[in-house]
Amino acid sequence: MATAAVRWSLVAVGLAWALVAQVVLAADARTYVLAGSKAATLASCVEPTDVMRRQHMQFIKHQRDETVHSGIRSSKHSLAGCVDCHVREEVSAGLVPIHHREEFCGACHAYTAVNMNCFDCHASVPNGPGAELAARAAHQAAGVHVTGEARPDGENH
Amino acid sequence: MGKTTEMNDRPEPTDPNRRQFLAAAAGVSATVVAPGVILQSVAAAPRSEPVTSEVRWGLLIDTAKCADGCSECVKACDRENGLDLQAMPEGADDALWDNQKVVWIRKVKLQDNQTGRITNLPMMCQHCEHPPCVDVCPTGASFKRADGIVMVDRHTCIGCRYCMMACPYKARSFVHLPIEGQLTRVPRGKGCVESCNLCVHRRDYGEESTACADACAEAGHGAILFGDLADPESTIRKRLSEMASRQIREDLALNTGVRYSGI
Repeated sequence: MATAAVRWSLVAVGLAWALVAQVVLAADARTYVLAGSKAATLASCVEPTDVMRRQHMQFIKHQRDETVHSGIRSSKHSLAGCVDCHVREEVSAGLVPIHHREEFCGACHAYTAVNMNCFDCHASVPNGPGAELAARAAHQAAGVHVTGEARPDGENH
Repeated sequence: MGKTTEMNDRPEPTDPNRRQFLAAAAGVSATVVAPGVILQSVAAAPRSEPVTSEVRWGLLIDTAKCADGCSECVKACDRENGLDLQAMPEGADDALWDNQKVVWIRKVKLQDNQTGRITNLPMMCQHCEHPPCVDVCPTGASFKRADGIVMVDRHTCIGCRYCMMACPYKARSFVHLPIEGQLTRVPRGKGCVESCNLCVHRRDYGEESTACADACAEAGHGAILFGDLADPESTIRKRLSEMASRQIREDLALNTGVRYSGI
């Protein structure tokens, strides 16, 4: 009898654990796009979300060589494009630098302990004349149309 | 003054139709609003094809027009490239800071001690055809773009400063301090060497000129002319064929892209 009770309780714990894992997975699959950014108004990034999550570093690494050495500025993989689209605007403080701990780039990189130094040199908010040109080029190359209609929770990402 | 090397010529005369097509493809669209009035579109299309050696960008500086005490080109360069983001650290020595701050254009005053004649000129990266900075770079970060612009790939620069030692023109600077608030068009930061890149972002977005040349023209001097040295029809090539000009340290046979007249 006691063995049966232990067995059932183990099964119950197992089930509960599976349920918790499901919830965690569901939480994992949620969006990391922040409300208040242009990205929250768009249906998708320049590549499907799962591709972006795994390969964004390769994309921008190849693109940087094309841009610096060959002068190609119309690539859809563009760090300036990332920043322009994903930077979050606060009503009081304006644009929040994207590498800050709570922001789009900074949050994941802090969580995974990946110390990136893109923003030692690159602008962490769109800055200066012509800043929007790079983003526009990336959008055009990706065939993404910015609607400007804000979806506050950034769903569908 | 012996001309040591020839400037790149186009292999064949340019077909005007092809040029029109290229202009259209580059998105440099011009609309005729009224007779004599041409409205240039503000946002030119960004470059989508790799740069080629069919163009070679360069400058012609007329030192006779370069005014004493004027530093409009330097200020414009600082604004354009975000060099004005640097500030002297507190308690730093003035002389040391003057040596260490980032400078892409220096105003230089020359005096002939025998005649007393004074010449002013802006000194920047001379965009050599055979750049010593590229020869010595251990990582390949210092490179010459196909269109003749000598620049630093900051992704591969390790900040060894060998190129600064190799440059006969003292044209390069090292960024000693962290920078904040960079401009999107000019990423730059601590630990890298940098120098004039002929406003490379303007080149890639199809703009006409450089910040220094624009500022000089605006100040009413017009001493700096930017253009394509490889195009026989360009203003700069025509001007070069008319007036005497020199390369600085032409004895080094570097075939500089920046030429000076009146020195």
